[in-house]
Amino acid sequence: MEHIRTPKVENVRFIDRISSRKAALGTLYLTATHVIFVENVSETRKETWILHSQISSIEKQATTATGCPLLIRCKNFQIIQLIIPQERDCHDVYISLIRLTRPVKYEELYCFSFNPKLDKEEREEGWKLVDLNEEYNRMGIPNNYWQISDVNREYGVCDSYPTEVYVPRSATAHIIVGSSKFRSRRRFPALSYYCKDNHASICRSSQPLSGFSARCLEDEQMLQAIRKANPGSDFIYVVDTRPKLNAMANRAAGKGYENEDNYSNIKFQFIGIENIHVMRNSLQKMLEVCELRSPSMSDFLWGLENSGWLKHIKAIMDAGIFIAKAVAEEGVSVLVHCSDGWDRTAQVCSVASLLLDPYYRTLKGFMVLIEKDWVSFGHKFNHRYGNLDGDPKEISPVIDQFIECVWQLMEQFPCAFEFNERFLIHIQHHIYSCQFGNFLCNSQKERQELKIQERTYSLWAHLWKNRVDYMNPLYRADHGQTQETLHPQTAPCNFLYKFWSGMYNRFEKGMHPRQSVIDYLMAVKEETQQLEEELEVLEERLSNLKKVQVNNNKVKNMQQDRNKALRLSASNNSIANTPQEYSNNLKSFPSRSPSQGDEEDSALILTQDNLKSSDPDLSATSDQESGVEDLNCRSPSGGCLPSEDSGKDPDSDEAVFLTA
Amino acid sequence: MEFSELIKTAKPGGDGEQGTVELWLLIRNVDAVEKRFASSSGTITLKCKDLRVLQLEIPGMEECLNIASSIEALSSVESVMMMYPFFYRPHSMKLEQGWHLYLPHHYYQQTSAWRLSSVNRDFATCSTYPSAIIVPAIVDDEALRKIARFRQGGRFPVLSYYHKKNQTVMLRSGQPLMGPNKKRCQEDELLLKAALCGRARGFVIDTRSAQAAKQARMTGGGSEPKAAYLGWKRLHRPLERGRPLQESFMKLVEACNDPSLGMDRWLSKLESSKWLSHVKAALSTACLAAQCMEREEACVLVHGAEGTDTTLLVTALAQVILDPDCRTLVGFQHLLEREWIQAGHPFHLRCAHSAYSHARLKQEAPVFLLFLDCVGQLGRQFPFSLEFSERLLLALFENSYASAYGTFLCNSEKERSLCKVKETTHSLWSWLNQPNQQKEYLNPLYSYNALVIWPSVEPQSLQLWQGLFLQWIRSSQYLDEAWAEIQRLVEGSKTPRTNGAAHSQRLLPH
Repeated sequence: MEHIRTPKVENVRFIDRISSRKAALGTLYLTATHVIFVENVSETRKETWILHSQISSIEKQATTATGCPLLIRCKNFQIIQLIIPQERDCHDVYISLIRLTRPVKYEELYCFSFNPKLDKEEREEGWKLVDLNEEYNRMGIPNNYWQISDVNREYGVCDSYPTEVYVPRSATAHIIVGSSKFRSRRRFPALSYYCKDNHASICRSSQPLSGFSARCLEDEQMLQAIRKANPGSDFIYVVDTRPKLNAMANRAAGKGYENEDNYSNIKFQFIGIENIHVMRNSLQKMLEVCELRSPSMSDFLWGLENSGWLKHIKAIMDAGIFIAKAVAEEGVSVLVHCSDGWDRTAQVCSVASLLLDPYYRTLKGFMVLIEKDWVSFGHKFNHRYGNLDGDPKEISPVIDQFIECVWQLMEQFPCAFEFNERFLIHIQHHIYSCQFGNFLCNSQKERQELKIQERTYSLWAHLWKNRVDYMNPLYRADHGQTQETLHPQTAPCNFLYKFWSGMYNRFEKGMHPRQSVIDYLMAVKEETQQLEEELEVLEERLSNLKKVQVNNNKVKNMQQDRNKALRLSASNNSIANTPQEYSNNLKSFPSRSPSQGDEEDSALILTQDNLKSSDPDLSATSDQESGVEDLNCRSPSGGCLPSEDSGKDPDSDEAVFLTA
Repeated sequence: MEFSELIKTAKPGGDGEQGTVELWLLIRNVDAVEKRFASSSGTITLKCKDLRVLQLEIPGMEECLNIASSIEALSSVESVMMMYPFFYRPHSMKLEQGWHLYLPHHYYQQTSAWRLSSVNRDFATCSTYPSAIIVPAIVDDEALRKIARFRQGGRFPVLSYYHKKNQTVMLRSGQPLMGPNKKRCQEDELLLKAALCGRARGFVIDTRSAQAAKQARMTGGGSEPKAAYLGWKRLHRPLERGRPLQESFMKLVEACNDPSLGMDRWLSKLESSKWLSHVKAALSTACLAAQCMEREEACVLVHGAEGTDTTLLVTALAQVILDPDCRTLVGFQHLLEREWIQAGHPFHLRCAHSAYSHARLKQEAPVFLLFLDCVGQLGRQFPFSLEFSERLLLALFENSYASAYGTFLCNSEKERSLCKVKETTHSLWSWLNQPNQQKEYLNPLYSYNALVIWPSVEPQSLQLWQGLFLQWIRSSQYLDEAWAEIQRLVEGSKTPRTNGAAHSQRLLPH
């Protein structure tokens, strides 16, 4: 690769951000797709793999006596510090990475070289796993009120919309095209979700080009058509997810929002979600708090508040709750928009759908939801997540916020989701990893031009294949919580929004609960199932026994089998219960970490089609934390930080103890 | 005094109809009574010590006033002997049960360099210690009496915990009464020397700042000088206590109950209450004590000033971290008996009022609540390692402030003996340990974990105790369902196994 100035640097020190004392010595490799660090310790040869597309920034710090430090921050919130002995090597690595992490062509991205050794049919099958037509059929569409429209065939009306769009039957092509001319980027109102039970729907669009007084008859007819498609209600809500001030400012530029006087029977509502720039800065501030070394409780809480992050999450959730309530309780249809209708609108529509429809809370349904509200409606993945080198002002954690909303809901409704936290974290990882083609480009049109489905693999198939890792053991399809519309508590509810350390500090294993309830319960559940199956067999045998005296040997064998099974399952349990042994006994831990299979081939092959790191935990799996923490380096003892009183009293032995 | 004198209106309104919901509230649980009147009826708001808020609408102004003043009078009865436990006589329980759950000589049998002393038989040497205490074998009772005079409240250093694994010990005491002249006490120095059992090092963990410890000399107190106590090193870890801790509790509860707060103001109120900072500090200090024993293999002496509050917080928490036996349902009860109740934490004074009271603060401080919160944090970080669940911690919180049982009455064993608490009230433990109750408090995920459980004390790892502070504010329906589901899964895994075993028994050839 022409961009790699130096493929290998030896005697590099890799620093665990929490405890600077635990530096590991090893070799650094640069490949076309990954940065790889291999520890020197011969028996473990622990490897850390980082995809170039995950790297968000590289910082070269001032050279010290020990070497030249390089700080790498990743989009999945991993932070890595390397100390490279020679300044020249460090510079080469730095320059190489700067180029490697800013690809200019889609073809440079990992998904075009990633090959999971599936044949063509398997790949095609994978892409068929999520089918949006099937999804609209599931909603009960087409029906008397809604139909599929081919008005956007060849992307003739709106290039960021899919070709197949669902609209009210009474909306003619003339009305749609007319309406699209009156909407930013021609993103006309289209169906996002339809509620079979009461005909209420959620539609989405961009802002109208109303300026101070402009009107558009077709756009008014379009909204009328949406209202008529819901015979149960004589009005619709129009929800503008922007703060009112922002929407008003847009009027000066000939855009703006719907005037209630011009549209018959609409109720207009502002919901103040801030724009992508505010969100980008907010995340930045929150990550600075996460990066603090041994912060005090006040530093942390103050920083968290100051970032405004949880306030923004709550705003998105509130908007979703408002819409879900309108649809489920009032039976009123809602049209949602923001400015372009591809960021806040996507967040809000998908949160509302998730609250309304239990299907989206299943593993498969969640994939469908992201495909429907994000991928197909032209959320600009490439710009927002900086897959290709581009304008840094376009980058913003829009889908990250949606994923966090889902997590916050999972915390409030632990039995309502079929999937677990790991599922969310892995999806977030792959939105940035560019290992699968799903989230490439900014629109369906671009993806089609690139022939993504012929040249890359689908993430959904990969996740589906490993679905057993992503199951929530507490989920029960027959549970009341599972089948209803979710009603998150509203006021007072600020305290229900929590900092998600599992995401933003996910690589600081020491911060998280040392024992995983989810994994344990999953193991218990499986074991119970096995035992129940065995029990059935035994019962069957028992009834046979009553009829005929069976061969004694046979029964003996059966008995032995059963004993063996019990012993196995019992040992599984004890391991799950003593996580302190994880570090010594990684392989026998019953949690099926998807990377486990990779452990066998620990030999390092530095080829481009190396398949490693198809899983986001890879760089972390070998980093299992023991239950026993080195307190000298962490704050329980106030380790590195002398207490404020030290030094004042010569009698105190503070310093002596700490260096001892 | 007859209670009936205090009751002005016994029963307002109509007769109770059949099928009506009954609410029984221990009057002792009422922390504050607020009244509001509108024309002919009135509203009484009862703010309870367990943080619940109840509103009663009562027709008739006079009746409303009567009821409010009756509740006020009854809830502020100060005499211990007038408290409910002395009158509570459930049929299913026997009075003497549960009072001898923990006996010091059981604990003492583990050791040899230590002896059980009865120097405090009549509570004369130290009014806040139990009658039997464990001290180094070579220090005689005479020396103990001398040392008691050199330690605040007579609280001479006693054994708090013996770490079997490496035979290190933790002691606790009151501060040494050095005073401005740096007085010394030979016997005290000898005791601490003996406590080292030949080890090179010991650590005195003072729960005050170095500055505060120094200032304490002006009022007769102080902290062990290095020169006088060879081998002992002093570490200062200031922990909040007394009024600031009580105010922190009140601020937090106020923030939780304020529906008008936006997200930003909620976080800043949470921050400014400092409650989570206190949780972090308490856990950190307990980890330090545990680390000194487990990692440094050194002995530890913990004290602050009186040695009855933050001292016990640290010694008790350190034991939960170090000792798996303290993490069982019964072991935890032993720990509470040993390190809180018999160790003389003044429950009566500290838990006289909770977070709502408008009464002038006297000696209230939620030190025990802070301990329960810290144990809850450990349980969240090690979900399989505690045999009991959050529900036990909640029950303990409620009972420490208002209870039908005598366990948390009074300030010391001496007072309990004077009030005949053990003879005339029921023990909370005997109620908790009934099989049907026990089930309620067990953690279905528990599995014995012999290891030390070192928690993370990073702010990201510590959480507001929602189950307590938001108990009456947010609905816990979905979380309870999840808990029930966990129980079902774990129980479910047992059924096929027992059935399977039974069947295979029958399948065995005879």
